[in-house]
Amino acid sequence: MLGNKVVRKSVRLFMHIPTCRETSALLSQTQDRKLTLFERVGLRLHLVVCTGCRQLERQLAFMRSAVKRYLERDDHPPR
Amino acid sequence: MCNGGSNAMADNNSSRADALGVSPGEVEQFRGYLMRYALLQLRDQTSAEDVVQETLLAAVEGGDRFSGKSTVKTWLTGILKHKIIDQVRRQSREQPLLQGEDDERSEADVIDGLFKADGHWQNFPANWGDPGNALENKRFWETFETCARLMPVKTARVFMMREVMELSTEEICKELDITATNCWVMLHRARLSLRECLETKWFGRV
Ligand SMILES: [Zn+2]
Repeated sequence: MLGNKVVRKSVRLFMHIPTCRETSALLSQTQDRKLTLFERVGLRLHLVVCTGCRQLERQLAFMRSAVKRYLERDDHPPR
Repeated sequence: MCNGGSNAMADNNSSRADALGVSPGEVEQFRGYLMRYALLQLRDQTSAEDVVQETLLAAVEGGDRFSGKSTVKTWLTGILKHKIIDQVRRQSREQPLLQGEDDERSEADVIDGLFKADGHWQNFPANWGDPGNALENKRFWETFETCARLMPVKTARVFMMREVMELSTEEICKELDITATNCWVMLHRARLSLRECLETKWFGRV
């Protein structure tokens, strides 16, 4: 019974694997809200097959920490 | 909470416990940090200097009392944040987020330009190697500042509220009178523009 449900959901998911554009939006929103289960699964499925979006995932994390590091820098303020 | 009673806090950090603000020297060391903070958000030297000056004054005069419960830096940041939000409200009254259609359209094009009609990347994001190395490089920070300045005005306003002031989407929506969806779209745009700029001006070159 559970198996059936999973299969049905998986089929639905496979029909909705996000595009790179949609994936980039989901990766961005990961920093702002909790994604739904479907969004998370779709996102993972896309990332498995897409190097470009995996790079983006790493870059977004880096950018977030870079803003913090910029503020903490220990020298004179920009002009 | 901050009633100024001096004996209540005397056991801990007595030099600050009089709750009459802190010494000018003590707050002055945070000016650089506060300036960077204000400048990223406000993008205007004069308004940034104004809010930082007001913050330091308020701190020294004890208008906003230091309770000793946080660090001086956190406390100063809290004062600055309030002053910046007042400024942001003023800015968004003068340049409302959802008006000025030309502006809005050109900012929306940022995303369109990055993807093909079928949703694939025009150019796949490159491998940045170990981007952590850049954090030690002074010139990287100049590039970072340039890219922050190049972000479209309204997009940048939302992005900095999220990343610098660390407001939640809900708080940003309330301040700027936009929907959550709107907010996420603008943050997406902001992050991809910043990414694009850093890649073109820095990571694409090393
Ligand atoms: Zn992709």
